[in-house]
Amino acid sequence: MQTGFTASLTASLMPHLILAPIALPLLTAGLMLLLREERQRTKVTLNITSTFLGLVVAVLLLVQAKDPSLPGGLGVYLPGNWPAPFGIVLAIDRLSAMMLVLTSTVALATVLFSAARWHRAGVHFHPLFQFQLMGLAGAFLTADLFNLFVFFEIMLAASYGLLLHGSGRPRVSAGLHYIAINLAASSLFLIGVSMLYGITGTLNMADLAQAVAGVAPADRGLLHAAAAVLAVAFLIKAAVWPLNFWLVPAYSAATAPVGALFALMTKVGVYSVLRLWTLLFGAEAGESAQFGSLWLIGGGMLTMAFGAIGMLGSQRLGHLAGYSAILSSGTLLAAVGFGQNLLTAGLLYYLLSSTLAVSALFLLADLIDRWRNDGSNLAPYEQTDDAPFLSADLVPREGMNLDDQEEALIGQVIPAAAAFLGLAFMACTLVIAGLPPLPGFVGKFAMIHALLNPLGLGASAGFHLGAAGWTLVALLVGSGLLALLALTRAGIRHFWAAHDRASPKLLVLEGLPIALLLVACAALVWQAGAVMRYTQATADALHAPSTYMRAVMTATPVPNPPHTHAPAPQGATPP
Amino acid sequence: MELILALAIGVLTGSGVWLLLRPRTFQVIMGLSLLSYAVNLFIFSMGRLGLAIDKEPVLQPGVPQDLLHYADPMPQALTLTAIVIGFAMTALFLVVLLASRGMAGTDHVDGSRAKDAQEMP
Repeated sequence: MQTGFTASLTASLMPHLILAPIALPLLTAGLMLLLREERQRTKVTLNITSTFLGLVVAVLLLVQAKDPSLPGGLGVYLPGNWPAPFGIVLAIDRLSAMMLVLTSTVALATVLFSAARWHRAGVHFHPLFQFQLMGLAGAFLTADLFNLFVFFEIMLAASYGLLLHGSGRPRVSAGLHYIAINLAASSLFLIGVSMLYGITGTLNMADLAQAVAGVAPADRGLLHAAAAVLAVAFLIKAAVWPLNFWLVPAYSAATAPVGALFALMTKVGVYSVLRLWTLLFGAEAGESAQFGSLWLIGGGMLTMAFGAIGMLGSQRLGHLAGYSAILSSGTLLAAVGFGQNLLTAGLLYYLLSSTLAVSALFLLADLIDRWRNDGSNLAPYEQTDDAPFLSADLVPREGMNLDDQEEALIGQVIPAAAAFLGLAFMACTLVIAGLPPLPGFVGKFAMIHALLNPLGLGASAGFHLGAAGWTLVALLVGSGLLALLALTRAGIRHFWAAHDRASPKLLVLEGLPIALLLVACAALVWQAGAVMRYTQATADALHAPSTYMRAVMTATPVPNPPHTHAPAPQGATPP
Repeated sequence: MELILALAIGVLTGSGVWLLLRPRTFQVIMGLSLLSYAVNLFIFSMGRLGLAIDKEPVLQPGVPQDLLHYADPMPQALTLTAIVIGFAMTALFLVVLLASRGMAGTDHVDGSRAKDAQEMP
């Protein structure tokens, strides 16, 4: 009897699970705002618990989205119980579920890391963190353009606070630029959204996608202009060149956990472009099909080149991490622009691996910087960015022990903490540069493979890759090489060069999140087949948007319960 | 009316962009404010029923229920949200502006007019 009741309660609550990734952080943040600032310990516990619950919910949603009984893995939820084009719609498909799991994983790692020391650097870190998670989850779940704007603003408002967390002049200065450019981008967002509304009369993404094919020829130019203005707003978030000069100062000035969380923010831009572009300008869009494809490819490639050259030119680890975020985002945008099914599957895999690695690199950079600044023996070259490798300090002195044939080095042990940092850095290098055996390689290999065989192996005989395709292949390989050079150089300088510094003091709470992110990377390789099948199914669904449109448009509201002794209300009704 | 509205949006956007590109933080915040006014007017002008002056956005008793007698409520709702969010963000920007002024001792957007204090990598 008891179990039957629990089961029926679970069954009646399950449709509402899609709301949990938004409601849980909102409630947690609200609760934490009620607590006084002295009760940091309670807030940390709440934050970690809530983030962990968020991960559990995201995994449940992922399992639900994998369920083959749902068409295209779609769950549609009508929060206001109004049918689709009139009310707000939340929709979860494989892409949203995947992004939610990624967000929760990175969030869990960063909140653990922040619990070690960074959360004490200022006030209201924990509520802002939860609001940020709410904005991210909402942006991934919403199926309505204006709602997307609102969730973007929630995400951005929280990120302004997080970026300024810890204060200090570089953060305030970078924050000023970051806020200014994002406010300008929000204006562009609104212009794009309202123009789309003016042309099509709807803001529901699925309804919009249905309307695109039937837009009057006279309005088509206006539609393209609206989509382009909207895309610029997303591309600023995704840090496309030349709209990305704010990123590196802002991300490297932010405290480490915030930087690691911000690695996700560029992916929100990529997600929005991928979602809207495949919906609005897919194969079913009539004359507008593939509109802007060349701009995405070109912008993405320039961004890749900018990111790779920036990595090569930067000396500080924070800047390296920032440029690697740009590199990863550029790679994704260029690959999105091709609009090929197999390529999209590869890029989604690459998105997972590169986000995890860039986040881990932000956390590592903080630990290494702290180790470096631990003693007072900061060499002059470490304080500036001026060509440190030409510094006289780094040239081996006569008789200095760099050779293993000399006696004194024998028996010196690498401290465990230094070894952990070194190995973690090496793993990040492998993922970002795309070398085997870590998932960066699998992702890049899948993308190059898809470029060369767009219809699958054996079915693409006689296919000739165009100039854009060959350039992307060259850039994928070349940017990996440049990233490898830059990261190896930084690794040699920090781990192999002779320093007279103590071994790093590492808390378990700081090592654990990095290990978590890297284990997630390793799991991506271990389960590469399953993950690739999932991303392939996601790409299939993205490139056949009619399923999505039909599912959203036919979602029926729940009938009002009769007034006498109402049964438990049912939530979403999957079509 | 269309002409006046279009001119207003154009002038506000033009001045906003000009001020946004100026080197002092106060000019930037004024630019952002003007830009958000322009955007709000623009959203209004994107209603599906034209500018619909002196018409109600919600159904009124006694008014014939057809599209000729009503304004599109959607842009009004959007503008309201945009105003609220824009106002909050401008207030936040103002705080950061003051913090930057206090820390750097100058109101230049880069926190310094000297060329040796570039923040870019």
